[in-house]
Amino acid sequence: MTAANANRRLPVIVTLVVGLMLSIMPLPGLFETLRPDWLALLVIFWAMQLPRTWSVGTAWIIGIVLDVAYGTLLGQHAVALCVIAFVTVRFHLLMRVFPLSQLTATVFALLALYQFILFWINGVAAVTAPAISYWGPVVTGTLIWPFLYMFLSGIRYRAHSGA
Amino acid sequence: MVASRRNNTNPARIPALGLRTLVLIGVSIVLMYLDHRENHLDGIRKTIGAAVYPVQIVVDAPARFWGWLGESTTSRNELELEVGRLKAERLLTNARLQRLTALEAENARLRALLEARTRVRDEVRVAEILAVDANPYEHNLVIGVGSRDGVYDGQAIVDASGVVGQVIETGLLTAQAVLISDADHALPVEVNRNGLRTIAVGTGEIDRLDLPFLPNNADVRAGDLLVTSGLGGAFPAGYPVAIVDQVTRIPQEPFADVTATPAAALDQVREVMLIWSQPPVGEGTEE
Repeated sequence: MTAANANRRLPVIVTLVVGLMLSIMPLPGLFETLRPDWLALLVIFWAMQLPRTWSVGTAWIIGIVLDVAYGTLLGQHAVALCVIAFVTVRFHLLMRVFPLSQLTATVFALLALYQFILFWINGVAAVTAPAISYWGPVVTGTLIWPFLYMFLSGIRYRAHSGA
Repeated sequence: MVASRRNNTNPARIPALGLRTLVLIGVSIVLMYLDHRENHLDGIRKTIGAAVYPVQIVVDAPARFWGWLGESTTSRNELELEVGRLKAERLLTNARLQRLTALEAENARLRALLEARTRVRDEVRVAEILAVDANPYEHNLVIGVGSRDGVYDGQAIVDASGVVGQVIETGLLTAQAVLISDADHALPVEVNRNGLRTIAVGTGEIDRLDLPFLPNNADVRAGDLLVTSGLGGAFPAGYPVAIVDQVTRIPQEPFADVTATPAAALDQVREVMLIWSQPPVGEGTEE
């Protein structure tokens, strides 16, 4: 049972670690502001596919790690990821039957919500950042979602058929 | 029980999802508050940071490799530039080392100041010069004491060898002072030898004062010591101001042309003394 569990969890953990790497990888200037929220996309995907194992708690822990890695207010990304994980899990049955175009639109809304929470907390904490640093990741994240979705579906299918 | 039964009947339902989310949001808000208001969470940050460290190492590895590659293939030209930069830096460091000598001289000057302090009866306090005005038309300086220390406008400033100037503007922690060599400054003095009173006026040159109001027949010679007369009220009497340099008597003019050299080294002082003829306002009479 534990071995089967480990087998099922391994791909998720691997993708999350790779996502963390992509999130903190140093990028030059403009690319930095256009970096997609990899971990937010991964949280949306796994919370949609495996909502019982990967839900708000995992999202929160990932967020705390991200806060430490970014040096932001401890809990800022945690609360944002937690909220989008909640919405995803809440509507995961609906989202599973969406066609890809509609799902992408939903992901856009979720990413916008994610960035809005970050923006809002920054506002309360009096941290100012240019608007592109909020909108850039939403746009690039939405554009990259279909490819990421297909890639992750492949991983998931292979992991499950293997187990 | 109820939850598990519901789970069985409705597999889509995730138990206590909303509650868990609310709790986590609450915890996050508390964390953010603590993190923002005080820095009590440094320990947590460090612990999680240590866990993330391997990931950061892996992420940095390609960048490090590129850096190493860049260094290994640096052109000779760039290396020469680098050597030039390093040489300049070494020169700068040597210059800093020379400050040690300056500090030794400062020590000697401070000792001189302490001796001067035993000589004067008024209340004095040593102050450091923070800045010298770059304006070539004014001789101003800023000292590191202010109204908090009981400094007041018009207060006399001396150094180990003579009068330096007086305070013209008092801030809380600093004060601006005008040197006696400023062209707008005049100071009542007397010739130490015979008590002849006159006024020493600044010329705008750091090493020269004028005594424009001495008649041709006045008893003043080169080498006379001028001391403060105390008549103006600002300066206490008896502090050396300048030494008469040169006396030129022009028969057809009513006044002699007398110049003097300030006793204090106006352009070399680092520390000055402020004089309170009465005890300083801020400090009372503790000393």
